[in-house]
Amino acid sequence: MIDPDLQRRLIKTVAERVILHTDELVALDRAIGDGDHGLNMKRGFEAVLADLDKFSAMPLDESLKGVGMALVMKVGGASGPLYGSLFMALGKSLPAQADRAGLAQAFAAAVDAVKARGKSDVGQKTMIDVLVPVLSILKDAKSDLPARLCAAAQEAATATIPVRAQRGRASFLGERSIGHMDPGACSAALMVCAVVDVMEGKA
Amino acid sequence: MSANVGIVIVSHSPDVARGAADMVRQMVGDDVPLAWCGGAPGGGLGTNVEEIIAAINRAWSEAGVAILVDLGGAETNSEMAIEMLPDGQQSRVVVCNAPIVEGAVMAGTEASAGSSLEEVRRTAEELKPA
Repeated sequence: MIDPDLQRRLIKTVAERVILHTDELVALDRAIGDGDHGLNMKRGFEAVLADLDKFSAMPLDESLKGVGMALVMKVGGASGPLYGSLFMALGKSLPAQADRAGLAQAFAAAVDAVKARGKSDVGQKTMIDVLVPVLSILKDAKSDLPARLCAAAQEAATATIPVRAQRGRASFLGERSIGHMDPGACSAALMVCAVVDVMEGKA
Repeated sequence: MSANVGIVIVSHSPDVARGAADMVRQMVGDDVPLAWCGGAPGGGLGTNVEEIIAAINRAWSEAGVAILVDLGGAETNSEMAIEMLPDGQQSRVVVCNAPIVEGAVMAGTEASAGSSLEEVRRTAEELKPA
């Protein structure tokens, strides 16, 4: 069960983790995009932190929707509506008493929302390449949570390196997008690992 | 309120958006409701959902509004902005798959002839990259 204190730590840790890695995300995006992913995400999550008290006090589903809307309004790039849709759909689909199956179902709806918003799917060198393997682990009742989630997310982000981009600004580079990690895949893995760290009591 | 379709120009750069709007205005004068926006929330290159919604409302016409965008984020943020409009407005706003400057001029010219939203979009999209 997620109590208000845990909810606060989850939001705060995810936001701070993304902000901490601003430079890394900028560098990745400069290699194959327009270089703004890190700064856009930083601006979005600074807006989330500014309303941390509000988001901590809300019921979890409303809080997730609020975080999503803050990202939509403040990020300024495509990642705003993409991550915004992820959080908003997660909030909308989360059952009142979310057990693991309920969470997996809500996360599936959230991943679908990202696919629809970005008109994209797996294998196109995007954040979806991280979100889908994470969803598979959530769905698999036998897997060891949360330990495997972070490692799987990081592996999935690394696996975008040899892929040729088919969506976003990186797709303009064609073959030259090969050899670089997708910045969106990287930020998605950062968030997954931040959540895992909180659940394991490491953050 | 104009009966002609309105045109909204959304660029990552306010300078590009303003410049494209100037070119449309030169073609169609005040016959077409026209608005532009550009730049991320708080400045810098990017696009801003709140400003896109405001631009749609400035260019609002009962005949609908055609949006011209430059790159990825402008399109995604414009689609997000449309979904955040009231139900009655949503179905009357489209994002054109066309180059921003040429598309805006073509769309504006078509709109000034009193064409429907679908005709305006089609004309702009005749320019879309193969």
